[in-house]
Amino acid sequence: MAKYAIINQRVPKLDAPVKATGRAKFADDLVLPGMLHGAILQSPVAHAKILNIDTGKAKRLPGVKAVVTWQDAGLVKYGVSPARYDETLFCHEKVRYVGDEIAAVAAVDLETAIEALSLIEVDYEELPAVFTIEDAMAEGAPQLHAEFPGNICAEVHQEFGDVEAAFKECDIVRTGKFVSKRQDAAFLEPHCSVANYDFSGHLTLYSSTQVPHYVMRTVAMVLGLPVGKVRVIKPFVGGGFGPKCEATPTDLCASLLSMKTGKPVKVSYTREQVFLHCRARHHYVHELTTGVKKDGTLLALHNKAYLDGGAYTSFGIATVYYAGSLLGGPYRLPNMKYDGYRVYTNKPACGSQRGHGGVIARAAFEQQLDAIAAELGINPVEIRLKNAMQRGDTSCNELFVSSLGLKECIQAVRERSGWDKKKGSLPSGKGIGMACGFFVSGAGYPIYRSETFHSVVVIKVADDGGTVTLQTGSAEIGQGSDTTMAMIAAETLGIKLSDIQVESGDTDLAIDLGAYSSRQTLMTGHATKEAAESVKKQILEVLSDELKIPAREMDIRNGLIVFKTEGVDFREIRTRYMKEHRGWTDHPAESSLTFKEAARLAYLRKGPIIGIGKYKPPKLGGSYKGAAVGTSPAYSASAHVVEVSVDMETGRVSVEKATAAHDCGFAINVTSVEGQMEGSLSMGLGEALFEEVKFDGKGRILNPNFGEYKIPTALDMPPVESIIVESNEPNGPFGAKEVGEGAILATIPAILNAVYDATGILIRELPLTPEKVYWALKGKKPPIR
Amino acid sequence: MRKLINVTINGVEYELGVKPNLTLLDLLRYEVGLTGTKKGCETGECGACTVILDGKPVTSCLVLAVQANGKKILTIEGLEKDGNLHPIQQAFVDKGAIQCGFCTSGMILSAKHLLEQNPSPSEAEIRKSISGNLCRCTGYQKIVQAIISVPGRTEK
Repeated sequence: MAKYAIINQRVPKLDAPVKATGRAKFADDLVLPGMLHGAILQSPVAHAKILNIDTGKAKRLPGVKAVVTWQDAGLVKYGVSPARYDETLFCHEKVRYVGDEIAAVAAVDLETAIEALSLIEVDYEELPAVFTIEDAMAEGAPQLHAEFPGNICAEVHQEFGDVEAAFKECDIVRTGKFVSKRQDAAFLEPHCSVANYDFSGHLTLYSSTQVPHYVMRTVAMVLGLPVGKVRVIKPFVGGGFGPKCEATPTDLCASLLSMKTGKPVKVSYTREQVFLHCRARHHYVHELTTGVKKDGTLLALHNKAYLDGGAYTSFGIATVYYAGSLLGGPYRLPNMKYDGYRVYTNKPACGSQRGHGGVIARAAFEQQLDAIAAELGINPVEIRLKNAMQRGDTSCNELFVSSLGLKECIQAVRERSGWDKKKGSLPSGKGIGMACGFFVSGAGYPIYRSETFHSVVVIKVADDGGTVTLQTGSAEIGQGSDTTMAMIAAETLGIKLSDIQVESGDTDLAIDLGAYSSRQTLMTGHATKEAAESVKKQILEVLSDELKIPAREMDIRNGLIVFKTEGVDFREIRTRYMKEHRGWTDHPAESSLTFKEAARLAYLRKGPIIGIGKYKPPKLGGSYKGAAVGTSPAYSASAHVVEVSVDMETGRVSVEKATAAHDCGFAINVTSVEGQMEGSLSMGLGEALFEEVKFDGKGRILNPNFGEYKIPTALDMPPVESIIVESNEPNGPFGAKEVGEGAILATIPAILNAVYDATGILIRELPLTPEKVYWALKGKKPPIR
Repeated sequence: MRKLINVTINGVEYELGVKPNLTLLDLLRYEVGLTGTKKGCETGECGACTVILDGKPVTSCLVLAVQANGKKILTIEGLEKDGNLHPIQQAFVDKGAIQCGFCTSGMILSAKHLLEQNPSPSEAEIRKSISGNLCRCTGYQKIVQAIISVPGRTEK
């Protein structure tokens, strides 16, 4: 008999049928009576003083109900981390990027709102702008924010051990510069917000967000509303991947316009505006110096990173810390130094994207590790196995690894991909590469300094006894968290999955920090399990008292009460239940007492049966500056092997096969774990091969659309073999930890290493476009055009 | 000036007055209330707005409502029969082919068109037929597996 009735199996997602039939309502599908349509005026120039804003003509256009600027919104500064609140809803004295918000309009329809935008007159005095890290950091460069001189948004300097001394003990020390380009998360649903201010002072905001809690806090703070009077509801969300973690101008504008007009207001982004808002993957320059002994033992790493942040901070402080801290694992590395800079430029702000901060650092490091292995004549698999961290290790930057199936992942992909036969024996133009990953299973601390619980889950048993409702503020954004929580609750409580209904993504239900930092399975999962345990205990206690049998001698399984002793007489409970439900057709006919009857009895004795579960990580990490970023109650590990074909004439790279292993601790829903692995691989493949947001000389995006910003299609994706490794994480519910973000980390470097294997050339710049590979094959730099 | 058009959507006839610049996508979503058809880019690139127009899949953001005059339109809402999911919908549910669900409507309709034209497509043919439907969540693997698993598909 399987150990578990519900979890660790393949379960169709609870919301799949409503999505398959088009019933699922996303934010833009919502229509409220009397709803107005909003639109946002954005700056056409990258850096300019605002001399004057004239909204007179726009306000007079028939059908226009409100036009708002900074004068209506106020100038409350906000952002993601309180350490860098550097945005206002609307620009005041100057604009800082093409797309910066200046005004918003609400009108009877979208056409009228857009026409009104064209009637707002803004006088600009253009200022010199900076578009590159070098230009922004240059002496005398134009300054974006007076408070942050030198355009340095954030700077990190950390050293663990003694890197210089360790380099002297190394047999080889290698330095390499790795460059990536700005990427977009390219979720399919553009941001959309529908706000409804009811004039009794309550604001309800439907938002396509990953984190209703953070949106609630920001909207309340910026618009000056009491925090208890803002309710954020997440309808179905069409993907997030990071940029939907923070409150957007659509949230704030819709809310402000609704407050001004007293009507519901919808504000959506076009696809171009999604690119302009950005908040996705930064452009990184990493310079890594790594020292190893002849036998491949890693001794030291000096990591210098420069991040092009764009005009505002967004999640950027966390990003620049993660770009250092996540190299603390998954290898034993006794000495590590990090110097990181996040720089302001006159471009849309970058923020968090799947694998937050760690993805490019990981790509650079894993590529360098392969080059060093080649130089030492060590198999890439062996150098990784040799240095792999294990359960119980603590990294030099004080990340404690309570479980880590890294070696198991490496061995699994080695075996399943046929690595030993293929490595070194493929023809020219064919290559095989491997790389590993390491990621947090939920951030150890919230983004604002607080001792708040990270998750609270409420499980209510219907007074009638039949079904259970699970309430959580966590965010189902397609990854399957609602189903995961339902499975954990059903397993813990001993009832059928179909007897659980999940209400989620609503700040009025319970606090949850939402879908970011790959945290929900572990954190919301913990709270769910605790709430379900409480419900079970309450019901069994009543039953114990009623039947005069100790609670420990009974259990709930598959919706039935199971007694350790035979012949328990529960006829009286059943008779009572039948009498209460005369005329009903679903009377319990089982020979065992049912959960329904026991739960009803508990209600009659105690009143409503409600279980509350809460989760907050213990104090984690070191005490050095920035020690919080990178901490987590658990860490995942992964390994990928990728096989590529490189056209040696044209430079075109095709990924032909991928074998991926991920240690998720314990798979609650096997199908969902694989889905996250396959989806991560696809995003990583796009980022490795063709994704790049490009700008012209004036800071305008050249490719803000899917025609020219290419993401993988079904034709670009190879067959993927997903292998789930279960290391049984002691800090996770049932041993579970993350998969959603960590699964992307190994993809990009595995492709880079496969291309290195195929061509013998290290290409240290993403994406690997045919042009870039072509010139690398020629041994030349591309001509400047 | 509104134009009067007659369209049959999911077997139901409609007589509608529409603005000449209204897209078929906006007609379906905002005038008829069939929001299962999704708006992801409005430039015909993501495929989320795919519907079947007179038997052929089109990106409805690139079709004007007036161009649909006199034609038959099938949207995702028209696939269920007698309260049962269409076999392709059921396969998508069973195989884990749906994550966020935003591409799902268009993806299922592209798959339906493929299986009508070619009841026994190879995996390569399946990938080609859905290559105009972008999905950022799944990596396509479970979508391809779902289409392969649809009952009635014969092995090549």
